[in-house]
Amino acid sequence: MLTAADLAAVWLTLRLAAITTLLLLLIGTPVAWWLSRTRSWWKGPVGAVVALPIVLPPTVIGFYLLLLLGPNGPVGRFTEWAGIGLLPFSFWGLVVASVFYSMPFVVQPLQNAFEAVGERPLEAAATLRAAPLDAFFSVALPLAKPGFVTAAILGFAHTVGEFGVVLMIGGNIPDKTRVVSVLIYDHVEALEYAQAHWLAGGMLAFSFAVLLALYTLNPAARRGR
Amino acid sequence: MKWRFAFLAAAISSAALADEVQVAVAANFTAPSKLIAADFEKDTGHKAALSFGATSKFYAQIRNGAPFEVLLAADDETPARLEREGAAVPGSRFTYATGRLVLWSAKPGFVDDKGEVLRKGDYRHLAIANPKLAPYGAAAVEVLAGLKLIDALQPRFVQAENIAQAHQFVASGNAELGFVALSQVMKDGRLGEGSTWIVPASLHQPIRQDAVLLDKGRSRPGAEAWLKYLRGDKAKAVIKSFGYEI
Repeated sequence: MLTAADLAAVWLTLRLAAITTLLLLLIGTPVAWWLSRTRSWWKGPVGAVVALPIVLPPTVIGFYLLLLLGPNGPVGRFTEWAGIGLLPFSFWGLVVASVFYSMPFVVQPLQNAFEAVGERPLEAAATLRAAPLDAFFSVALPLAKPGFVTAAILGFAHTVGEFGVVLMIGGNIPDKTRVVSVLIYDHVEALEYAQAHWLAGGMLAFSFAVLLALYTLNPAARRGR
Repeated sequence: MKWRFAFLAAAISSAALADEVQVAVAANFTAPSKLIAADFEKDTGHKAALSFGATSKFYAQIRNGAPFEVLLAADDETPARLEREGAAVPGSRFTYATGRLVLWSAKPGFVDDKGEVLRKGDYRHLAIANPKLAPYGAAAVEVLAGLKLIDALQPRFVQAENIAQAHQFVASGNAELGFVALSQVMKDGRLGEGSTWIVPASLHQPIRQDAVLLDKGRSRPGAEAWLKYLRGDKAKAVIKSFGYEI
């Protein structure tokens, strides 16, 4: 059965995924909106940076984050100067890493949803004298709702399943950085296969349930968007 | 006809002469094993194909049919276990190297040669390899327990999955210091950069790294030659130059 340490890891993982998803929706919405509307030359480069975590092995991301956030890296120097301290081996370090790592899974569904809304409803809103911000909140956002559901679920699930990055910058500290995927790895490596099965089986069931819900309840995802 | 047989016989005997042996090598022994394999090929004509990784992972792979003929483990427990479970040839085990633990910092002058820095406590993070998984991590915990520092220092532990990652935590400066293997900080037979305390061997159980002939290597000439070569003087000199004891 699950021990207290296992449950602590589960709770930590859920907290990490929830905070990451919330931040990603806040950051990802304007980014996705801009990507869906702009004709700027920057659209390509920005879109490519956002999509990087899909193609890069997590060990590469983790390794560069370790150098970037470390005492000799530019971000590490800044956080130390700002009095925040260094991010690796801390919960908030994992949040920062997860936001970057799960970004494409939130931005891309949102971008697709905004693109599907198209110009016309917004033009119609403008003719009715809605200010751009008003049009965004009362027209574009409700129309893009399925995209938000998809984005939130994928962002959350992808953060729960994160492993390589956490392994590189986490330091395996109980209640701070020891998430479920790392604990499963520990159990397997220590040949505690029974304990590994409880957590790994739970993770498998959770991921399947999440994706099943996504594909049956959300029409936008069912159309493959 | 006769000529053909002669050709066949020659082909068979040369195949017996130049065998290829599949060796699973513990990650901390990567560098020395490469040098030994190069000498081995030159001196015996056999070829050693090396795979590097965590001993526990090799264990799971060997139990599930991996084609390794020899295991150079990071501990003495895994080879013994494989032998008990019938996956290794009984009586083939021996200690090919004994590891030394060091306390290391990438900063020159940070670690003194008595390890007093541990008590002074002017640091946020102390990197160790996961004591549950890595023999060097278990040895580090034993040292700290012996020095009665374990309770005070536990909150500052950052755990790496293996000794290579512990080294990376320290090398990148994210942990000010950490326990790593002497073999990792040796450069050309001498201590490399940073500052180091070589932990006295009396403070922990010896980190014995055992080799074993696996079931798939049974009566394979290449596998037997490799194990013999590993015990020879030339291999021993290489192993010692990396800070291991024999």
